[in-house]
Order: sequence, then structure tokens, then C-alpha cells
Amino acid sequence: MTADSGEASTGTANAGSAVDLTSAPAAAAADVPAALVAQSMRQYLRAWWQQVRSGNSGVLPVILAMVLVAVVFEIVTPEHAFLRPSNLVYVFGLSTVYMVLAMAETLVLLLGEIDLSVGAVALIGGVIAFKLVQQPGPGWPWWAAIIAAVAICGLFGALQGTLIALLKIPSFVVSLGGFLLFSGILIVVLGGADGNVSVSSSAPNQRVIYDLVQGLIVPAASWVALAVVVVAAGVAIWLRAAARRRQGLVAPPVSLTVIRIALVALVGAAVVTICTVNRGTFLVKVEGVPWVVPIVLVVLGGWTVLLQRTRFGRYVYAIGGNPEAARRAGVRLATIRIWCFALCSASAALGGILLGSFFFGEYSTNTADPGQLVLYTVAAAVIGGVSLFGGRGKAIHGVLGGLLIGGIAYGVSLLNLGTLATPLEYIVPGGVLLGAVLVDVLSRRGTGSVTRV
Amino acid sequence: MSDVIDPTAAPAAAAAEVPPELVARSLSQYLRAWWLRVRGGDSGVLPVVLAIVVVAVSFQVANSTFLSAQNLVNLFEQSTIYMLLAMAEIFALLLGEIDLSVGLVMAISSVVVAELVQPSGADWPWWAAIIVALLACAAVGAIQGTLVARLKMPSFIVTLGGLLILEGVGIIVLNGSLVSIGNSRFTNEAFLYNIFYGHFSPVVGWILLAVLVGAVGAGLWLRDASKSRHGLETPPRSLTAMKIGVIALAGIAIVAIANVNRAHSGTIEGVPFIIPIVLVVLAAWTLLLQRTRFGRYVYAIGGNPEAARRAGVSLPAVRIWGFVLASLTSGIAGVLFLSWQVEVTTNIIKTANSYVLLAVAAAVIGGTSLFGGRGKTIHGVLGGLVIGGIYNGLYLLGVQSQWIDVVVAGVLLAAAAVDVLSRRGAPRQA
Amino acid sequence: MTETNDGPDGASRGGDGAEPLLKLRGIDKHFGPVQALYGVNLDLPAGQVTGLCGDNGAGKSVLTRCIAGVHQPDHGQIYFEGRPVHIRTARDAAALGIETVYQDLALADNLDIVQNMFLGREPLRHWLLDEDSMEKQAAETLSTLRVTTVRSIRQPVASLSGGQRQAVAVAKAVMWNSKVVLLDEPTAALGVVQTRMVLDLVKRLRDHGLAVMVISHNLNDVFEVADRIAVLYLGRMVAEGPAADFDRQSVVEYMTTGSHSGRPFEPAASASGEG
Repeated sequence: MTADSGEASTGTANAGSAVDLTSAPAAAAADVPAALVAQSMRQYLRAWWQQVRSGNSGVLPVILAMVLVAVVFEIVTPEHAFLRPSNLVYVFGLSTVYMVLAMAETLVLLLGEIDLSVGAVALIGGVIAFKLVQQPGPGWPWWAAIIAAVAICGLFGALQGTLIALLKIPSFVVSLGGFLLFSGILIVVLGGADGNVSVSSSAPNQRVIYDLVQGLIVPAASWVALAVVVVAAGVAIWLRAAARRRQGLVAPPVSLTVIRIALVALVGAAVVTICTVNRGTFLVKVEGVPWVVPIVLVVLGGWTVLLQRTRFGRYVYAIGGNPEAARRAGVRLATIRIWCFALCSASAALGGILLGSFFFGEYSTNTADPGQLVLYTVAAAVIGGVSLFGGRGKAIHGVLGGLLIGGIAYGVSLLNLGTLATPLEYIVPGGVLLGAVLVDVLSRRGTGSVTRV
Repeated sequence: MSDVIDPTAAPAAAAAEVPPELVARSLSQYLRAWWLRVRGGDSGVLPVVLAIVVVAVSFQVANSTFLSAQNLVNLFEQSTIYMLLAMAEIFALLLGEIDLSVGLVMAISSVVVAELVQPSGADWPWWAAIIVALLACAAVGAIQGTLVARLKMPSFIVTLGGLLILEGVGIIVLNGSLVSIGNSRFTNEAFLYNIFYGHFSPVVGWILLAVLVGAVGAGLWLRDASKSRHGLETPPRSLTAMKIGVIALAGIAIVAIANVNRAHSGTIEGVPFIIPIVLVVLAAWTLLLQRTRFGRYVYAIGGNPEAARRAGVSLPAVRIWGFVLASLTSGIAGVLFLSWQVEVTTNIIKTANSYVLLAVAAAVIGGTSLFGGRGKTIHGVLGGLVIGGIYNGLYLLGVQSQWIDVVVAGVLLAAAAVDVLSRRGAPRQA
Repeated sequence: MTETNDGPDGASRGGDGAEPLLKLRGIDKHFGPVQALYGVNLDLPAGQVTGLCGDNGAGKSVLTRCIAGVHQPDHGQIYFEGRPVHIRTARDAAALGIETVYQDLALADNLDIVQNMFLGREPLRHWLLDEDSMEKQAAETLSTLRVTTVRSIRQPVASLSGGQRQAVAVAKAVMWNSKVVLLDEPTAALGVVQTRMVLDLVKRLRDHGLAVMVISHNLNDVFEVADRIAVLYLGRMVAEGPAADFDRQSVVEYMTTGSHSGRPFEPAASASGEG
């Protein structure tokens, strides 16, 4: 900008008519993120409440849904067992698979595309990693096996992404074909329809993979780690707000910053407390935070930085919101799309490895059905708050949605349903998926953006 | 100013898009126009017919029993399921939507019919069971269609969630056990069994063929005559005669093959009942899509929903009916499927579900566009034959089922790629 | 930077004798057999608003796209600050300081104002997006243009009114030291109040010394803001000159018949047009 504001403001003849401030529609006020306009805690709360009432409620619905699911299952499960620490830790272990897969799917959903092959790719990734550490067999070190699995699956994703981005075949068709293709390959690499592969907790190299979900951090170390995480997060939040204030930008009120840090600390303390309760017997103690908790946090942190703080992430959102605008701004759509599919499949591989570890290091076609897995994944992302229509959602939504889906899946399995148990394995995810999409569609309608004729 | 805007600019490119019979007055003109159109990327059923030839020749080379009369009838019987499901899918595809639940709707229909005719249970007559099953399927279609059309939820998500719920419902209806219609002591079960395995006697097959060819020939001829009486352009006579000749030849070939004795011992010969069943569905849906207002609206919505809306078409109503018809056709496939499988188990329900990708692949291979507005019911029949041929051929070669899946996935992706590329070549794309 | 504060009728200012910032000479463009532009000449002087009028199909969009680098002319030459230039891509145009605001605005609804304004040119700090400097710079640009109706520049574009969106699109265009701004139908689909706001914004761009071209069907708007008027008719530039040489009647006649009272356009004595 060549002009500076001083001259312009004094130099305009019709300054009186400058711009009509009241032309902003009253309704739009509700769409402004509450933190941006509020200068005090009260203002913030009021703005937030307005936003919620206008249908733009952020993570509130999924958190409410979690509370509801927890309460309902606590009441209806036999012996009111749902909220026992051992069950909660189990739910969390199961959920991590959905969390990682849902974060992977989020990348693709943000583009306004979908990847239905994510379940099959995840299982292939798990099987590859498990096969590579077999002894006798390839006997690769655990880290090399994981990297190889992630890289191979990333390649699968890049292939599908190329078909979608360059040939412009609809993503659900490509990934549906991919689903069939990779389900077939899965059976091949697993060695037949009833093949299985497992890692043993007694071989040191395989034990690392076994421990990803099953391994525990001792209670004392858990508390230390929590303290480190809370302090680091707190300092980061505090410094960021301070920097904005110093530069004269709008910053959230100090009280809000304090509350946020306290919330992080509280949630962390609750998780660690639950995990450090002895879940075993008096003699064989099972206590401590599972390794998978920090793993999921790292993945969450990585995706959040990638999506919120890099050009790549910005372009992903832009493509999901308005591909034409992104194209005109010089964004290379095909490159970004291919990378998103590659990253989705690569992190799906990690989810697949976690899945095998969750099932006590044993992998067979019976432990996971790729079709069901992908439905849970999409449902987790959408129910967490990621829009199916692109451009809206964050990595944290995948984590919250994954936890909710894991809770529902496990809660249903706790019930004594007899013959209804098998059909409910299908009806519940189907219903949850449709419900989540319905909420997504209706909330979009509320904000006035129309998706199609 | 004479060169300002040249009105002749468009036609050079557009000529390729005009159906040849509209501009040609003689057979040679027709053939030339047709060739132009093929080169312009709009090749109609040519690719799928070529695909059928390629599939037939390559499998015949690999295994000489592929083209035996016995295997051909077997292949055709198997393909009828794909054909019906593809015809069902075409309703959704023409609207620019997709229905991923056709496989499970088929399974639901099978389960309902089988349960209702059980002598130890409801013991309904076969026709009542079929009617109820078809109504149930239509209701499923109406619910899914309503979610898509009224709530504007994406169709692939609705039908994906729908198929999961249906799988659960199917298992509940099945009540955890096996249901069979294989007991020939009960007339209802015997009737259902015979839908797939029954056949006409050879003489009746020939008579039916003669009647059919006569009717179709007369129909084509009369239509041309009435067109030319009204002063409209008509295709050349020789072409009409050729069309009738091709139909007669194809019919004679099918009846001749079906009339060969295909039993290992004893006699099994004659045209299976399912051939006229498929033909009736094909004729009915072709009539519905090509000659009624509803069909016209389906194409209009697939081509340009906004234009259809402005023309006063009720988009939700047509979309809902499209999904109802898709589910209804899947229900018909379910009756055949039950008859073919004889018994239904939870595993059979899973198998039925896996057919949906074959149905989409069959429709797209046949020449129906994934993007709506382009395709005909006949494409489902031809595409179903290709898929049936591939499945049957690979099975004959002893390929494991997971590798067959891989091949089918490749075929689906290839068909989608061809669809996309042919659309790109077409000049009318924006 | 010009310090002239007189109203829209200060048409002759900066025009006489001075070399126009952007000069088009003899631009021809055809698509296949269809000729869209015939030897078009056009001047866009700095600190002035040029209104480009023409009926549908007259070639307004093609001409705009030739300047914006979307199309390339078959013949003819574009001069920028007196030097001949070749604008092959939209990036070339941006490098020269030529920005185009298309009718559909090309904003991503889900991104906020700052994110949209910097889309494709985000500054980085330690490999991460430098949000704070973006926010400050965007706020400065908007306040320079006196766009103050938005509650927060961090609100998503989806929540803005039509006029505010147009303002954001214009601000996005002028933020990069641009010298020429092409506005395609900036007031179409806007209400009275919003139109007022956008026209004021256009005047402010001129006051900042930019060469502005407004393509519009709406003659009210053209006469309101334009210092100069150019009329295309069937791919030919049939009239170009100071707005004072035209009245509504004559512009309509040029647009529909290519001439006025049966005579082609003749520059008035005071005209600055054909250099």
C-alpha cells in the first residue's frame, strides 16, 4: 500500500459518508469468533453464548454428546461398569485408533473430498509393520518397520490422490475402488482369508510395537510428564497472548488465558489420575498412562501446526472453501490434493499399527473389518465437527469424535444384548454416521451457505 | 462488419454430438456420421460391445471351456444379478447421485421373501411374499431418497449409512439362522426355486423368440412409418431392416446356445426363465426413462438441476422416485438372488453387499456417466454381461476371490477414468 | 501520491500531456473464428477512474482478461509506465502491480478476512505463518481504505454483507503496492447502501493515485465515479474520453449502435485521449 492512512483520512472529500458502519447485518455478529471481539471475561462469555445460539458452537456439541454417552452407558450397563477406570482406559486405547484415523480423514474432508479406503489402507499398514518385524523373517528394527509401513501407505494415498486430482475422478469412486483393491491386497499380504500375524511382548524389538497401546508409563513419570506438558502449553498460550497485546492486536482477556491453562491442567490431571489407579490385582499391578496418550498428542500437535500455521494448511482450507479462489491466488490445487491423500493414508498406517497393538499385538482379518473401520472413521471426524463439504474442521475434532465413537462402540459391547449384539454392530455406526452428517448439513443450512441446488 | 460474428463457428465441433440417425438419409451417410461421433468421444455402446468381445476372446484363449454352451448359460445366469443391480444403480447415476445400498437392499428382499414363504412360519403364497418384499425395498428407497432430496445430505453417505443399518436389520429379520427355499415339497418354495433354475422347453424358446422379434420389428417399422407420415426425418429403411436383423440374430444365437443340452447326465436344455425376466425389466425401464415425462425429468436433473428447477420440475419428488425405483429394481434382483442362492445366511448378506461395486462398475462400463444425465438402461445389461464374464472367466481360471476383487476394482477405476476422459473430450463441457 | 480532493468531476486532472500509466494500442484478440477485439486502444491514467461500458458480448471481459494476463492479445502492444510489456500470466500482471477484482470476488467463505487477503502470498516466520504481521498489515490496509464496518478482521468472510465482501476483495487487490486495479461489475447484486459504500471505496482508490478501471452496466454508477469513459461496441473501441464529453444518452447510443447521432466519436477539444 503506497498511501498511508493519515493522508487518506484527512484527504477524502466525502469523508462524512465514509462507510456506513451499521450496514453489517446484525446476524453476522454472531459469526465472529467470541475471542476476537471481547475484551473482558463477561463480554467473552456473552459473545460465546450468542455464537452457540446461532448454531456455530465449536466443540460444544461433541463434548455434550460425550457426557451424555458416559452417563447413559453408566446407567444402562450391567453393574454400572462403564466409568470404571479400567474401562475408561480401555475405551481410550480403542479410541486412539479412531482418533488417528479420524485426524487422517480430516485432512481429506477439509478439501471437500472423502477417502473411503482409509480403513483398508490402515490395516495394510499394520500388517506390513507387523510382518517386517517377524523373527524369523525380515526381522527389521521396529522403527524401520513403522517407517516402511507409513511410507508404503503414503504411496497408496498418493496414487489415489493422483487419480482424483489429475484425472478428476470423484474421490468417493476412486477410494471405493481403492477400498476393494486394498481389501484384496490386505488378504494377500496377511496370507489368506484366515491368516494372522502377531508381535510378541517377549522379543525386545517387537515389544516396542506391542507396547504402543499396551505399554504404560509408570505413575511417577506420568505426573512429571503432565507437569512438563502443562507448563509448556501454559507458557506458549501466555506468550502468544502477550505478544499479540504488545503488538497492539486484539488479545483475549488475561482471565480467559488463565482459565484455558487451568482447563488444560485439569483435563490432564484427570486423565493421569484415572490412568494411575491400579487396574490390575493387588499382586499384579496395572497402573500408569498408556504410551499411546503422548503418541496421540504428538500426532494432534503435528496436524494442528500443519493445518493452522503453515501455508500448506492454509491452502487446504482455501481449496475446501473455494477452489476457484485458491486457483486464482496461485495455489497449485493438484499438488495440495495429492499431498493430502498421501498424508491421510500415511497416518492411517499409524492408526493400523495402533490397532494391532490394541488387540494385544495380534492381527487377523477377524480383529478388524476395513468397511466398518472406515465408517467409524468418517463418523468420528464428522461427529467431532469436521464438515463433509470441506473447509471446516480441525485436527482436535478428529480426536474428540474418535473418543466419542470409541465410547459408543465399547459401551454397546458392554451391554448384554444376546442376539441383538451382532446387528447392532452395524446399526450403531450407520445410525451415528447418518446422525453426524445430518447435524453437519443442518448446521450449514443455519449459516446460510448452500452446497448444491 | 461482415466478419463480426460467424454463425457457422459452432457446427464443426458440434456435428460429432448429433446422433447419426438424425442427419443421415442413407446407410453410408449413417455409417460416416456414426464414425465421426465415435471419434468425437461419444461412442455409445461400442466400447462395451468391444469389451465383451475382448473378454470372450481372451478367456476363451486361456480356457477353452469359456465359450461352451454350458458355461455361457451359466455366465448369463450369473450376470442377470449384475444386470438388474446395474439397472437399479442407473436410476441414481442418471440423477448425478449414487446408491451404495443396492446390494443390501437386494439381500433384504431375499431375506423377506424367504422368511415369508416358510411353511413353519408365515407360510404366505410366493406372490404375496414378493409383493411385500418389493414394497419394503421401495420404502427403504423412499427413506433414503427423502434424506438425499429433502435434507440435501450427500447420497453416498446416506446410502453408506443406510446399508450398514440394513445389514443389521437383515440379520435381525434373519434371526440368526439359515433360511432356505430348497424344499421342493412346498409349491411356494419350488416356484421361487424355479425362477432361477427353471427353463422353457426348446420349442417354446423358439416360439417366444419369433413372437418377440416379430413384435419388436413391427414396432420399429411402424414408428418409422408414422414418423415419415408426419414429415419427420427418419433413418434409412436399410438401417431399420439391419437393426431388426441384428436383434433376430442375437436372439437366435441365445436360444440356440440355451437349447444345447448342458447337463452332465440327463437333459437340461432350454431358455432360462430369467432371460425374459431381465428383458421385461429392461423394456419397462427403457420405456420409463425414454418415453415418459418422468424419464425426461431424470435426465434434465442429471444434466442441469437448476435448469430443471426453473422449468418447474419438482426436484425432490423426482429424486425420491429415482431412489425408490433403484431400490425396487434391487428388490427384483433380490428375488432372483434368493432363487439362485437357495438359502440365505449372514454370510450371504455380506456377499450381496459386495455386489454394489460390481453394479456401479457394470453401469459405468456399460456407458452410464458417474456425473449424471448420460446413460440408458441397456447399458446396465451390457455392463453386467462384461462383469459377469470377467468374474466367471477368472473363476474358471482358478483365481482366488481376493484377486478377483482386485481386478474388479481396477475395472471400476478404469471405467470411471474413461467416463471422465470422455466427458472432457466432449465439447459441451463447461 | 495525489493530494487532490476535488469530487468526481475533476476529470482533466493528471490527464493532459502526462503519459498514462497503462496504455493499450491496437489490441486484437480472436477465439477460433470469432474475433473478439479489433485494434482496441485504451488509456488508464494514474489517479483517474476509467469507466468501461459496452453491451453484452462487446468484449469487456476479454479486454479485462487481456490486461489481467488471463488471455494474451494476438496483436497489439501494452505499455506500462511507458515501457512495452508482455503480460503472459496472472503472476506477470501481479508483478507489474495490476490487480483484478472479478465479479465473483473469489473469496473463500470459510477463511477470515486476513486469511483471504493474504491467500497465496502468506509471509512466513520460522517456516510458519506470520499471523500477527498479516493481521497488522490487513488492518492497516482496511483502515487506509476506511473500511471500518467489519466487527473484526478475524471474522469469516461468510458472515460479511455483499458490500463488505467487495471491500475485502478490493483491499486484497490494492494491498500489494498495486498501481492498476480492474473492477468487474463491482456494484452488481448490491443494494443501494452497499453500492454507495463501494463507490466511495473506488473514489478513495483514485485519491490514492491508482489507475482504476470500472467495468459496469450501470451508467448511474459509471457517471458517479468515472473521470473518463470508454465504450466498446462489438469488439471495437468506439468512444473514449473524459466523462465530461459524454452524457447518458450518448453512452447508450455508443453502446447500442457504435455511434452517436449517426457520427462516430470525435474527441472534444479538451480531450486527452489519443496521444
